[in-house]
Amino acid sequence: MKAMTAEGGNERSMIEATERLENYLEAYGEVRAEGEKREPVWLKQLREDGWSRFAAKGFPTTHDEDWRFTNIAARVRTPFRRAAMGDAGLTAKAIEEFRVAGAACQIVFLNGRFSPALSEMENLPKGLEVCALARALDCGATGCAPEGCAPEGIEQHLGRYADVRRDMFAALNTALWEDGAYLRIRRGAVIQQPVHLLYVSAGAGSEIMTNPRTLIVAEESSQAAVIEDYVSIGAEAAFSNAVTELAAGQDAVVSHFLIERENLAAFNVSTLRIEQAKGTNIATHSILLGGGVVRNNVHPVLAGEGAECLINGLYVGAGRQHLDNYMLVEHAQPHGSSRQFYNGILADEARGVFHGRIVVHKDAQRTDAKQTNRNLLLSDNARIDTKPQLEIHADDVKCTHGATIGQIEEEPLFYLRARGLDEASARNLLLYAFAAECLDRMKEPAAKEFAEKLIADRLIKLARSKQAAAPAGSLDEDGQNWEEVG
Amino acid sequence: MALLEIQDLHASVDGNEILKGVNLTINAGEVHSIMGPNGSGKSTLAQVLARRDAYEVTRGRVLFNGKDLLEMKPEDAACEGVFLAFQYPVEIPGIGNAYFLRSAMNAVRKYHGQDELDAMDFLPLYKERLKLLEMDEKLMNRSVNEGFSGGEKKRNEILQMAMLEPKMAILDETDSGLDIDALRIVAQGVNAMRSPERAFLVITHYQRLLDYITPDFVHVLVDGKIARSGGAELALELEQTGYGWAEGDAQQVLPA
Repeated sequence: MKAMTAEGGNERSMIEATERLENYLEAYGEVRAEGEKREPVWLKQLREDGWSRFAAKGFPTTHDEDWRFTNIAARVRTPFRRAAMGDAGLTAKAIEEFRVAGAACQIVFLNGRFSPALSEMENLPKGLEVCALARALDCGATGCAPEGCAPEGIEQHLGRYADVRRDMFAALNTALWEDGAYLRIRRGAVIQQPVHLLYVSAGAGSEIMTNPRTLIVAEESSQAAVIEDYVSIGAEAAFSNAVTELAAGQDAVVSHFLIERENLAAFNVSTLRIEQAKGTNIATHSILLGGGVVRNNVHPVLAGEGAECLINGLYVGAGRQHLDNYMLVEHAQPHGSSRQFYNGILADEARGVFHGRIVVHKDAQRTDAKQTNRNLLLSDNARIDTKPQLEIHADDVKCTHGATIGQIEEEPLFYLRARGLDEASARNLLLYAFAAECLDRMKEPAAKEFAEKLIADRLIKLARSKQAAAPAGSLDEDGQNWEEVG
Repeated sequence: MALLEIQDLHASVDGNEILKGVNLTINAGEVHSIMGPNGSGKSTLAQVLARRDAYEVTRGRVLFNGKDLLEMKPEDAACEGVFLAFQYPVEIPGIGNAYFLRSAMNAVRKYHGQDELDAMDFLPLYKERLKLLEMDEKLMNRSVNEGFSGGEKKRNEILQMAMLEPKMAILDETDSGLDIDALRIVAQGVNAMRSPERAFLVITHYQRLLDYITPDFVHVLVDGKIARSGGAELALELEQTGYGWAEGDAQQVLPA
C-alpha cells in the first residue's frame, strides 16, 4: 500500500499492461495444454522461449524505433481471442471468390486452423510436398507419414530463423501458433504453378486472433512460387500475426507473394524471414490492399555467397488504413545483390510507412544493394513516412537508396486528356501505371495475373471514392525528395 | 462554314495577358502557319485551343465546326477533332504506346457512338503508320515517350496524329530540335495526312519546316496579335528579315 503513493502510476500501468496481455496468457495456457501430449520437446521449448520473451517485453510502442510511425495501442487493448473449434459453417462456395486460377494446390486455413474440406491438394506436382504444419508434426512424432513425406526436416528449420529476441510479434507467434503450411520442394524440382495458401478470418461476431506459421523448405536447385493470401469473411476485427520462414538451399529459386486483402477492421502483422544459401535467387512481392492496421516485415538474410534478392511491393491505402512496411535486408556474404522497390498510393487519411534497412556485414564485400520507395499521395490528409537506414561494415560495396513523394502530375494528365481520354480514365490510367510497376517484376504468369486483377479492382474502387476523384492540389508542402548514394 | 474561327481572343496566364486579340479563320483543307518571335504567344494559342486550363480566356470566342470550343474540356476538344502535337511530349512510364493509343482512339470512337477497336483491328493500322514515320516496331510496347530521343518523341506525336485522324491538327514547334532527316520524316507524315477535310495549324519559329510543308497562309504573331498575314512567300521573306522589326514597336508600319 505504501508503494502506491510513490509508484502508484507505474504500478497501475503495469497492472493494466498485464491485464491487457491476459488474453494472450490464457491462449498460451490453452495451446500448451493442447500440445502437452502431442508436441515434441523441442517444440515445447521453442514455445516457451517465445512466450518468455513476449511476456518480458510485451508489445512494442511508438517509443521503439522500429515502431515509431505505427501506433498499435488501440489494437493491443482489443481482447482478441482464439477462435472456437469448428468450421464456422463455411462452405466451399464461400471461399470460391478467393481461389487463384492456375494454382498447383490451395491450402485453406480457417481462423488459423487447417480446413481439409475447403482445401484442394490432389494431384500435386512431383517434387512438391504440402501439408498442414500441425499434421506434419504429428506424422513425424508417430512415424505414420505417407511415403515421400519427410516431416523430420521440420525440426531442422522451424524457429531457427525468426527472431524472437528482437521481434515480439515473432515471439508471440512462436508461443501461440496452432497451424500453418509446411512446404517442401524437393531437390531439383521445378514447380511451375504457384502454391496458394489462403488464410481466412471469419469472426462471426467475435474478435479473433490467429498466429499462422508457415515453413517453406526449398531444397538445392529447386524452384517454386508461393502465394500467402489473407482474407476476411464478415466485418469483424481480427488479429492475424503470421510468421513465415523460408529456407532456401543452394541455387534455389523461390518467389513469395504476400496478399493482404482483409477487411478494414483487420490488424495484420506478417513476418517473412528468408534464409538464403549460396547462389539462391529469391523474389518477394508484397501487395497490401486491405486491412486496417497492417505491418509487413520482410527480412532476408543473404547467408551464402552470390545470393540475390528482390523485395518488391505495392501498398494502396484509403480511408483510415495504416500500412507499414518494415524491410531488413542483411548481406552476410560477398557478391550478394538485393533490390527493393516499393510503391505506395495513399488516399483520404490513409497512412503509409516504408522503413528500409540494409545491413552489410563485414565479410559481405562486393555487395550491391539498391532501395527505391515511391509514393503518390492523393489527398492533403494522406501521409507517408519513409525512412532508409544503411549500416555498412564492409568497404567494397555499392548501396543506393532513394524515395519520392508526389501527386498525380498535371502534365501527363493533360497529355492523356488532349488525346481524348476523360479525366477520370486518365487519372486511373496514371494510377494504374504507377501501381503496375510492381507487376513488371513478377515472373510467374498465374501469380502475376492474379495480382494484376486484384490491383486493378482495388484501383477502380479507389477511383470511385470521391477523394481520389478530386483534383490534386498544389505540391505537397511536407513532400520530400531525396536521393543519396553511399 | 469555317472549320476554326478565332475572334478577338484574349488569354492570360497567372494574370499576364499573353494573347491580346487574335483573329484567325481556318477552312477545311487549308494549311496555316503561325510564325513569330519567342514569347509572342504562339504556344499559348496552341494550348488554349487544346483547352489547357492553366490559360484563362478573358475575352473573345472560338468556334470549331460551329461549336464553342472554349466551352469544351480537353478531352471533348480532342474527340471533336482537335489535335495538338506537343512542343514537349510528355513521358508516361508504365503505359505502353500501343495501349495508350488504342485507348485514345477508342475514347474518340466512343464519343461518336462507334464500336471500340480490338487489338486485331488496331495493330495492322498501327504498324502501317509506324512505317510511314520510319519508326521501330519495338517502340509499340515501350512506355509512352519514355527514353525516346527528341526526334522519336516528335515522330511519335505525328504518329498519334496519323492514327487519330483529327479534323484540325496543331503542330506546336514540332520542328524544333529536329535534324534534317527527322524533319523530312515528320513533314512526310504531315503531307500524307493533308486532305480536303483536314486543316493544319503549323506553329514554328523558323521557316525551315515550311520548305517541306507548303502552307497556304502564313501569319506572324507579334505580342499576342496577328501582325501580318500572307501566302507562303511571307515565310521566305521573314527568313531574310528576321523578327527584328517586330521586336520594337509592333504597331509600327510593317515592311512591305
